[in-house]
Amino acid sequence: MSSETAVSDTLGTKTPAWKRRRRPLLPRAWRRPMAIVGVVIVLAWLVIAIFAPLIAPYNPLAQSFTPLQAPNAAHWFGTDVLGRDELSRVLYGSRISLPLSLVLVVCSMLIGSVLGAIAGYFGRVVDEVIMRIADLVFAFPTIILAMIVAASLGPSLLNAVIALLLVSWPNYARVTRSLVLGARQQEYVVAGRLMGAGVFRSLGRDVAPNVVAPIFVLATLDFGNAILLLSGLSFLGLGAVPPTPEWGAMVSDGVQNFSQWWLATFPGIAIFSVVVAFNFIGDALRDALDPRTAEAVSGVSI
Amino acid sequence: MTSLPSSSEVEQAASVSSRDGRRRSHPLLRYIGIRFGISILLLWGVTVVTFVLANLVPANPAAAALGDKAASDPKIVAAFNAQHGFDKPVVVQYFIYLGNLLHGDLGNSTQTHNPVSQDLAVAFPATIELALFAIIFSIIIGIGLGMLAALRHNRLSDQIIRVFSLIGISIPTFWLAVAFFFVFFYLLGWAPGTGRLSPADTPPPHVTGMYTVDALLAGQWATFGDALSHLVLPGAVLTLFTVGLLVRFTRSGVLDVLSQDYVKAARAKGLPARTVVFRYILRGSLLPILTIVGLAFGSLLSGTVLTEQVFNWGGIGQYAYKAATTLDLPAIMGVGLIVGVVYIGINFAIDVIYGFIDPRVRVQ
Amino acid sequence: MTGLSIRGLTLSIGDKRGATPILRGIDLEIPAGRVTGLAGESGSGKTMTGLAVCGLQPAGSQVGGVVELHSDRVQVPNLLSLRSSALNRVRGREVAMVFQDPTASLHPMISIGGQLTDHMRFHLGLSRRDARARAVDLLQRVHVPHAADALDRYPHQFSGGQLQRVAIASAIACDPGVLIADEPTTALDVTVQAGVLRLLRELCDDLELAVLLVTHDLGVMSAVADTIAVMHRGEIVEHGDRYQVITEPRSEYTRSLIESLPDTPPPGAAFVPDDADADQEGATDAR
Repeated sequence: MSSETAVSDTLGTKTPAWKRRRRPLLPRAWRRPMAIVGVVIVLAWLVIAIFAPLIAPYNPLAQSFTPLQAPNAAHWFGTDVLGRDELSRVLYGSRISLPLSLVLVVCSMLIGSVLGAIAGYFGRVVDEVIMRIADLVFAFPTIILAMIVAASLGPSLLNAVIALLLVSWPNYARVTRSLVLGARQQEYVVAGRLMGAGVFRSLGRDVAPNVVAPIFVLATLDFGNAILLLSGLSFLGLGAVPPTPEWGAMVSDGVQNFSQWWLATFPGIAIFSVVVAFNFIGDALRDALDPRTAEAVSGVSI
Repeated sequence: MTSLPSSSEVEQAASVSSRDGRRRSHPLLRYIGIRFGISILLLWGVTVVTFVLANLVPANPAAAALGDKAASDPKIVAAFNAQHGFDKPVVVQYFIYLGNLLHGDLGNSTQTHNPVSQDLAVAFPATIELALFAIIFSIIIGIGLGMLAALRHNRLSDQIIRVFSLIGISIPTFWLAVAFFFVFFYLLGWAPGTGRLSPADTPPPHVTGMYTVDALLAGQWATFGDALSHLVLPGAVLTLFTVGLLVRFTRSGVLDVLSQDYVKAARAKGLPARTVVFRYILRGSLLPILTIVGLAFGSLLSGTVLTEQVFNWGGIGQYAYKAATTLDLPAIMGVGLIVGVVYIGINFAIDVIYGFIDPRVRVQ
Repeated sequence: MTGLSIRGLTLSIGDKRGATPILRGIDLEIPAGRVTGLAGESGSGKTMTGLAVCGLQPAGSQVGGVVELHSDRVQVPNLLSLRSSALNRVRGREVAMVFQDPTASLHPMISIGGQLTDHMRFHLGLSRRDARARAVDLLQRVHVPHAADALDRYPHQFSGGQLQRVAIASAIACDPGVLIADEPTTALDVTVQAGVLRLLRELCDDLELAVLLVTHDLGVMSAVADTIAVMHRGEIVEHGDRYQVITEPRSEYTRSLIESLPDTPPPGAAFVPDDADADQEGATDAR
């Protein structure tokens, strides 16, 4: 019998499928047309956000035109109820939504994944406490909880971000925890600890590389969500305060002046385009990382 | 967000039950018992969270409720605080709150001056009606398309469904609501205006609080038609919002199942495609799909806040919004509580169904 | 001759830009009543050969060549050219398959009885009652204890070795002429491997089955196979009698495989075909 096991060793025990299938991440993801569309849109918005003062035709806050003009040659997106140029406001809106969503996603990713990693790595009481708190946050629909917190803190964009931060970290904590739990049992992690690596060194060097990529994908997919939530709160009047040109708040203005369709349409399209772009990118990234989809699922001719 | 117990939990539950199975109850009962206990604990946690959220905030409820002028008069503020118990220590307030809760007393709204429980009794069925309408259509469309996409993996129909589901989850709900309203009400005149009934119509006799159901029960066909026509537009907005999510999760859930060996084995047995899909793949996908439905319900409740606002629906979402913006603390706590209860209740129900479906839990 | 004969089987996976050849023309005879071993390292294409014969190759792959089936009931000139409904009448009926890991190849949520009877009812047109009666016989045939009770149980209630016996019972349920066993013992405990192999050998002899045994384990091969084919990079580099392949390999690759074994005495010599220890282990497994 010993010779049998020896044979199987020399012939190479089967490599797990995901190891064989792993390919370079970016080229594959970038090759998908949807990802390209997403990247182009995001880059365009980045350019707009950075160079808004140069691109926008007017000052977004200047109430210097006839109010409620329909889209025309001078004002492509029309003007709003206070006589401000809608196009300029939409363009400037990217300077609000993009950075704030970035802050929101990065912060909740950091907080969530650190807490999740701690919970997963140390287990026991720490794990229980952190994950039960996460469970409680999960017991409420996101926007209702965020709405209550934002309302309590008072309407302001910063408070909206804080409120959303409070409700969005548990997602990262859960995913990170399960990834860390999986990675922790890997033999090389155990071996690292046996060779004297400290807890944080082990977490950082042996565990983190397994966790970073999926969390990054999650964050990309979450970016769109963050923009939706943030503009949703502003739509409810719990985020941006006038005269800030925020997209959600602008849609809300459009609801007040219903027959002026352009007021709500263009900021809505702006939100949609950014969100869909990030979702396209996130989807492609996830595909590239997911071994299942990299190789076609066993021939299903059903 | 997953309400399903992870497989390790299931194994744990299974091993626990098999260990004392000879002496004790049926494993399924035991599993449900454990799940029920967890739900009760969560419920208690929800009361703490709603209470803390509503009480440890910097904003001043008196100022919000009374307006700036009255709030500058200390006597009025003190009277207001005493009336609502805001002058007692927070811990005492919590226990008073908990005690009242157990009697079904959620306090009085500082805005409507009605008991919160009474307000919720009106708002809750409205939201449930909307949510049920949307979830039924979402499940049929979303799970159907998701399965189709998975079965046609990487082919054209799959790609199209994927792109549309991504677009679906990328449209801001509130904007879609506005756009639908503008197009179907303002431009085309197909849909009725906001609210749950036309102004001329009176609500049917109260049984469930859901107008369509109540109208049917009372045999008032005209009212039923009116209520249904009001339901269609906000329902469609919520459905579109949820379908994208359902498609994506169903697709990946079914893809997981498709790559399982048992599907290959079933095909190797020469079973016709129909049998493989409905007996093996569908049964294997039931658990993930169940999880997805729970998820969808959660996102639906979120979606209602924004949709109800646009359609002036008068449900929980709109009530929550009004309560939050006016810092109506009893109402906020009431909303938090009822939403938490619904959420936990749904997850518990899904856990129970899960137990019935999965032989690894059900059978010793 | 009854059995399966594979001629010039090719398979490539890939898209328009470049197809990767996986199988480069396999020729293999799998005669009835014999166990034909197919050995090779990971990625040599041996599993893919088994799958392609059953039409279970991955989506998006191109298959070429001829797989001819002769049995008492049917003659199929080429399995690869059958349409799906015709293929379904052959799969499970004439050509059955056993997979590597029985805990994965049996559906966790369908009872053993359900999984043993559904294809019988489809292929043989049996009533539910008859199918269940036959299932009990089959389980006894593969030495699963308490066969009648086992039908209402679920896969998680069985050990790996017993599950593989159930999977084998399911494979022989419709009395096929050809059995393809893809690494049938790799996922099992070493102690129960011999029992399952012995069962395969026994079925092959008793039912005149043509067995294609795919494995990377030369030890397994030398224990049960009559002839051994060695695959390397999608080609069969050597095919011959078990003893000859192990002791006097003709191809360079086979020689290097055998030389890479740590024990110098040829493993074939260490094994008696119907060895006594297999009996013991079979008993342990069946409990």
